[in-house]
Amino acid sequence: MSSTPSALPPDDSDPAAPSGRPAALHLAVALDGAGWHPAAWREPVSRPRELLTAGYWADLVTEAERGLLDFVTIEDSLGLQSSHPTEPDDRTDQVRGRLDAVLVAARVAPLTSRIGLVPTVVTTHTEPFHLSKAIATLDYVSTGRAGVRVQVSARQNEAAHFGRRTIPRFGPEDLESRAVREVVLDLFDEAADYVEVLRRLWDSWEDDAEIRDAATGRFVDRGKLHHIDFEGRHFGVKGPSITPRPPQGQPPVSALAHEGAAGAPFRLLGRSADIGYVTPHDSAGAASIVAAVRAARAEAGRADQPLRLFGDLVVFLDEAPGAAAARRDRLDGLAGRPYRSDARIFTGTSAQLADLLQELGGSGLTGFRLRPAVVGHDLPAITRGLVPELQRRGVFRRSYEADTLRGLLGLARPASRYATA
Amino acid sequence: MSKPLKQIHLAAHFPGVNNTTVWSDPEAGSHIEFSSFAHFARTAERARFDFLFLAEGLRLREQGGQIYDLDVVGRPDTFTVLSALAAVTEHLGLTGTINSTFNEPYEVARQFAALDHLSGGRAAWNVVTSWDAFTGENFRRGGFLPQEERYSRAKEFLATANELFDSWRGDEILADQESGVFLGDAKAGAFTHRGRHFDIEGRFDVPRSPQGRPVIFQAGDSEEGREFAAQAADAIFSRYAARAEGQEFYQDVKGRLARHGRTPDQLLILPAATFVLGDTDADAQEAARVVRRQQVSGATAIKHLEFVWNRDLSAYDPDGPLPDIDPDPGEHTVSRGRAQVRMYRDPLATAREWRELAAARGWSIRDLVIETGNRQSFVGSPGTVARTIDDFVQSDAADGFILVPHITPGGLDAFADKVVPLLQEGGVYRTEYEGTTLRDHLGLAHPDADARDRLAAS
Repeated sequence: MSSTPSALPPDDSDPAAPSGRPAALHLAVALDGAGWHPAAWREPVSRPRELLTAGYWADLVTEAERGLLDFVTIEDSLGLQSSHPTEPDDRTDQVRGRLDAVLVAARVAPLTSRIGLVPTVVTTHTEPFHLSKAIATLDYVSTGRAGVRVQVSARQNEAAHFGRRTIPRFGPEDLESRAVREVVLDLFDEAADYVEVLRRLWDSWEDDAEIRDAATGRFVDRGKLHHIDFEGRHFGVKGPSITPRPPQGQPPVSALAHEGAAGAPFRLLGRSADIGYVTPHDSAGAASIVAAVRAARAEAGRADQPLRLFGDLVVFLDEAPGAAAARRDRLDGLAGRPYRSDARIFTGTSAQLADLLQELGGSGLTGFRLRPAVVGHDLPAITRGLVPELQRRGVFRRSYEADTLRGLLGLARPASRYATA
Repeated sequence: MSKPLKQIHLAAHFPGVNNTTVWSDPEAGSHIEFSSFAHFARTAERARFDFLFLAEGLRLREQGGQIYDLDVVGRPDTFTVLSALAAVTEHLGLTGTINSTFNEPYEVARQFAALDHLSGGRAAWNVVTSWDAFTGENFRRGGFLPQEERYSRAKEFLATANELFDSWRGDEILADQESGVFLGDAKAGAFTHRGRHFDIEGRFDVPRSPQGRPVIFQAGDSEEGREFAAQAADAIFSRYAARAEGQEFYQDVKGRLARHGRTPDQLLILPAATFVLGDTDADAQEAARVVRRQQVSGATAIKHLEFVWNRDLSAYDPDGPLPDIDPDPGEHTVSRGRAQVRMYRDPLATAREWRELAAARGWSIRDLVIETGNRQSFVGSPGTVARTIDDFVQSDAADGFILVPHITPGGLDAFADKVVPLLQEGGVYRTEYEGTTLRDHLGLAHPDADARDRLAAS
């Protein structure tokens, strides 16, 4: 593939960081229902009956923008939420039901002006052609603030919602079995193909393809519209897109990746992502993850292309000492068992969280994607407590320095791979 | 004795990717930027229209093996634009055209349910079908569907989507913070569908939306399309905007409803209609003539003739006579991705007829294309247009119209400012929205109420 022109060296240098000062951190929040703790909806501050309303999402994203955050991600899946990692449950004590994340992002786009909007899309059962134009259009309706987070679905029950492919039923204990590993590898390979198609379709219209040439009566210069002719194992896509190249050229593509699964998730970051979400539990872990992802990047032949790594943390944030831990205990009590997560769970004050972010950030992370345990509580705690603390330390922006998501992340706007000039 | 006056329904079709849309006009703006959609939607809402309508295409059209470049090319994604428009409007219905061939019911149902939630009950779905392998090249399945099965799949698709919408009754979310019960029914959303086209099961993940189901539109004109509409649609987007043919279509389709246990008020007939306004009727006629020439350049005229001739006619002079050679009656190969070519079922007869017409009137190729296509539906002063629309609706040629302006995004402004007030003065058009959902605007019952009525009647 052609190289993406970028004046930027990879990740370790950040144009937003003033020289001679600690590196600037980037911050995102991951939005999911009432928050990441399964009992979050039971907090008085939560609005569990409004989770399916536009007003609820508008309030959350507006709050995140008030805190000058880089972007929000919006969780999604093609089936009801489940407390079980691979199978559905019949629980009635947790939030169930949600709205398509792309539509939620589009709904809040006109109500915000600076913050990036990164919905989750499932690559396993959807059409890359549809998703490509959806994310391009999100980029138009947000004037350059769209991104996308890709996710595979290995759930047998979600496959049954589509009836087009069979995914074997398995439990978490089978993850390292050969059969399951092959399924998972295949899903990640397909995700990489999917992202390749998204990117080719975004490039399939050169930036200046629309010419409106009255003299010749031509609306477009068809020499600047390109078939993408993608042929993969799971799909072929001819192109070009029906939607012109989006404002950012290519909205940033992101994915969450853990170790394991025969390296497939890290390989996806290496091959396909502009932003990776990773789950380090300490500085050593962060350093080893960063090294592993960098190696995957190099292996994909893309070492020269920027990849922004964000550490994921679940946060319980309170300014009174001990209050956050007490809140976590109370919520665990309501849930009937301690909350566990793939990401490190932080409880404490803004100053403590800022310490932790600076410490982990030293290991080569660009920033953090915080998962508010209770969004109604912890999101404002982030924007009104943590952000001022980081600003005082000179490691977080005091105003938005760009009006596109690429701009906020210091990612140059790539030229179309098909552009000849 | 006289019938009570019917209330007119009006809607706005965002200018499309065909030669009705005049992109060369100095007033013409972007067809992609959100600001154009927002302007258009706000005008429609200011005029108290029922809804905004978006068409869809899934492959850029080609002619003679090359991408067709004379019309507006490109459009944004339907769902994404409609959801964003929900943020800049409060009442306007949001109708999206979504194909039942290159989508799956679970995904489309969750997208429409989400749109209905996010718009507070304003979502509508224009169900269209396609089968061509040309479009299929952009999708996982390719061109998998034989032409004769497209309505069979569309019907099952819609029925399946309805099963998904109905898998939530609407009272399951208790969200009782005190007791800790979020869901009142552990099986909410459960569904099983075993059919020819879809064999799926599981649980739908979007709780019931304000309208229960989106309003359903149908646009096909074939016998199958009409039956599909009579059985399953809430409204038809028809192409019969002229008075007599409109009445014929109206009678035909409304006459089919009883067989499906439905009443005439449960299916609205809303033809697409174009318009040109002027201070006087004469001004409007002159403006309309100019617009038609903008819509059909010499190059466009040749391309349109190729739809019928199925041959490369680029050597012909658009200002000269029609070709002597006959159309190629074989499989249509010149134009791809265009439903229009299917309208010419007997190209040899059409060519003969056109040659005779052109010879009799002294028309060039361009004159012929202008005169045989692209006639604006309503041309006149605001008073004339308002009277005509009212007459058509009162005489059952339609229940209202989906207006297709030829300029993006301001093409609706004059209609909103000049024609709508006259209809309001005449008492045949709302001055304020009375309800909040699109079903309210269209006078359609909530599907639950509908089901209750049917149950009571049986």
